[in-house]
Amino acid sequence: MTIVASLWCVGAFLGLSIVAVACARLSAASAIVYAGCLIASTVGLSAGLEHLIAASAPPQTLQLPLGLPWLGANFRVDMLSAFFLLVVNLGGAAASLFALGYGQHEQAPHRVLPFFAAFLAGMNLVVLADDAFAFLLSWEFMSLASWALVMAHDREPENLQAGYIYLLMASFGTVALLLAFGLLAGPGGSYAFADLRSHPPSDQVAAAVLALALIGTGSKAGLVPLHVWLPLAHPAAPSHVSALMSGVMTKVAVYAFVRIVFSFLGPPESWWCVPVLVAGGSSAVLGVLYALNQGDLKKLLAYSTIDNIGIIFIGLGLALAFQANDLGQAAALAMTAALLHVFNHSLFKSLLFFGAGAVLGATGERDFERLGGLIHTMPVTAFLFLVASVAICALPPLNGFVSEWLTFQAVLISPQLPQWGLRFLVPAIGALLALAAALAAACFVKAFGFAFLGRARSEAAKQARETDAFSVAGMFCLAGLCAFAGILPGFIIDRIAPVTQLLLDSRLPVQADVPWLSIIPISQSRSSYNGLLVFVFILISSLGAIEAIHRLASRRVRRAPAWDCGFPDAAPSTQYSAGSFVQPLRRVYGTLIFLARETVRMPAPGDTAPASFRVDIQDLAWRFIYTPIVSSVNIVADRLNYLQYMTIRRYLALVFSALIFLLIVLASWP
Amino acid sequence: MKHDFFFDVAHMLAGGLVLVSFLMLYQDRLYALINVFALHAFVLALSVAWQAFIQDAPHLYVTAVIALGFKAIVIPVALHRIVERLGIHREIETVVNIGVTMLGGIGLVALAMVVMLRVTPTADALAREDLAFALSVLLLGLLMMVTRRNAVSQVIGFMSLENGLILAATGAKGMPLVVEISVAFSVLIAFIVIGIFLFRIRERFDTVDLQALDSFRGDSE
Repeated sequence: MTIVASLWCVGAFLGLSIVAVACARLSAASAIVYAGCLIASTVGLSAGLEHLIAASAPPQTLQLPLGLPWLGANFRVDMLSAFFLLVVNLGGAAASLFALGYGQHEQAPHRVLPFFAAFLAGMNLVVLADDAFAFLLSWEFMSLASWALVMAHDREPENLQAGYIYLLMASFGTVALLLAFGLLAGPGGSYAFADLRSHPPSDQVAAAVLALALIGTGSKAGLVPLHVWLPLAHPAAPSHVSALMSGVMTKVAVYAFVRIVFSFLGPPESWWCVPVLVAGGSSAVLGVLYALNQGDLKKLLAYSTIDNIGIIFIGLGLALAFQANDLGQAAALAMTAALLHVFNHSLFKSLLFFGAGAVLGATGERDFERLGGLIHTMPVTAFLFLVASVAICALPPLNGFVSEWLTFQAVLISPQLPQWGLRFLVPAIGALLALAAALAAACFVKAFGFAFLGRARSEAAKQARETDAFSVAGMFCLAGLCAFAGILPGFIIDRIAPVTQLLLDSRLPVQADVPWLSIIPISQSRSSYNGLLVFVFILISSLGAIEAIHRLASRRVRRAPAWDCGFPDAAPSTQYSAGSFVQPLRRVYGTLIFLARETVRMPAPGDTAPASFRVDIQDLAWRFIYTPIVSSVNIVADRLNYLQYMTIRRYLALVFSALIFLLIVLASWP
Repeated sequence: MKHDFFFDVAHMLAGGLVLVSFLMLYQDRLYALINVFALHAFVLALSVAWQAFIQDAPHLYVTAVIALGFKAIVIPVALHRIVERLGIHREIETVVNIGVTMLGGIGLVALAMVVMLRVTPTADALAREDLAFALSVLLLGLLMMVTRRNAVSQVIGFMSLENGLILAATGAKGMPLVVEISVAFSVLIAFIVIGIFLFRIRERFDTVDLQALDSFRGDSE
């Protein structure tokens, strides 16, 4: 039974969390806890996979006598939960394996270990929950556990601020979800998901729930403009936790959105896709543009998560658009693309954060201007980071390409939509997607190039050592899966098919039947992709090129100083820097989107002061949304402050008039 | 026929309580106010006893006796002694314009009627009327607390408000005696605490006018 196994895993996580509290000071504590988490995640992973592979397995439900007395705690595993169980526990297992090595460097393990296990438990519970009460409770549990992990290194003022903003945004999102479930349940309704599924709400209520779900889950997933906490909080946590937050927790938010919108709202209206598509498209482009301009490796990765969440939401929006117009096959394609990207992103984003963690552990640096040259000292990490970078840039033959290609296939079906507005909107979103993909490539050229190539820009980078075996093993597993999912995507698409069958009542053709391991999303005449063929071609052509170069090139060894373009004695700081790499893109997009200002201070001739160059970049969401909100709250609070200093009789009179007012309202209520 | 008679008497007693509340509103001397409060508690005791009789609920007699004993005798006597010891029995209290207060009180009673008759259309007629009167008594007690400055009359306003609560509770059938007794005791304790505070205030500020407290806090009207 999948559900029993999964709940036992959750129990194991919670137990490990208690064990971690009890023995956090022991030196073996982190090994015990991470090994335990690894085993429990692997069990959860296989439970989810087993349910998913048995494609016709009926949903399993279980009720525990916890929580509200008349409701209990309901849990259920259907195909959607099973898929996300797989994603959550795969990320959890990889992070635990990585942390077996990486966690040894942790200075304050007692602040990380208990919450790490609890965080995994929370994410599993959200996916398993089958009533609104259990769902919201697990959701908050997950948020609080991850908040505690963000605050693990609380000596740094930046982390304190990140934690505070995260807590605010998390509560805001939960309030939105709470209202959404309240509306779904209706005045006399029940909070069990079974009842919500069987009673879809009326049109107005459904629209309100859609908006609230987009806000509530979007604030957790990091949709623009609700993303502001994400690039602060994700990098603040220890790296294996950052990987979980970026790679897995955002996917749990996607799960919540899919569950609410596709399971509870009934047949979609045609305009529902518009807010989802617009939010997805703007997140994709803005996320990657912000990412490009970051000088900090982990911040860059966090912003790139926003970009990928945008791509996933574009897929979901397309699925809504096609489903509203009864284009079942196309809807299944868009949903498959979104879910495949969920899976893929959880793989390569975790891998990238592991790589960033390995770099951070080896050098203590996250700033590109102090890294460089690590490919010589950390060749394995460099190779694995390169694999993940290629995957996230959506280059074949790795997995990122497959999901983005499928998304584009869905975009290309949009002329079949009957609404003119959508026929214009969807290609525009497709253009944004293409722009985001190109910028992502630039972004990861920067991330890989300036962290691993060139010469070391600091002493720490020069003396870096390769990371430990467990970390490498964790990264190798993920890189292998990236390659597997890219070369044989048909296998994974077939596993997603029962999920789309459940949500949309239609599925892609069985890819296992297609000869030569190709994938054919719609029909052979339209488009097909063969990852294996591309891989073999790339392999043969690069081997051929290497062979040709070695055979045909001159064998005479030439020695010349590197970087000798007029600087015979160049210091590492004269290298091309990460900041200069993105300057052209910043000039193109920056003045409008980031309000970027470049200030050059050039001392007068004869003045011995150093010249300086400064770039100021602002996040538009802060300037136009959050700052006004904060200042208006302050103004209102100042006004209401008067209430704190009233005389006793005035307090009484205030209560009295409030009572009278309410009674009058009651008396005049129609 | 018999039911109508029961109803009329209960109605009369509850209405009497509202009337006595109005009487309290325009008393500007403390002794008179305390006497009217004793009358208020006496009418409440009668009303509760009548309810006990017609509902055939013997525990309500206990409530009536508590109301009579504590509120109509013990507390007024104690308040008399407090006023005497404080030496404020000659003070004429500055009340917000009595005419306006009375008009406001009439408005409150009308509001209470409208609200109660609207929200309880299915309830038993006796309970409905009783609840409407109880809400009126409660609101008039609050009005008194808002319009008075003297701490003693605030205490009396609070107690008359509590009388309204008891009237409501007895009108609705099935209030357990434990609740009644605990309410009665909490009122008694509140009375003792307030009494002690009155003396402490007096020691500090030489007056029991609440305005003195405000000006001591630095923000007088």
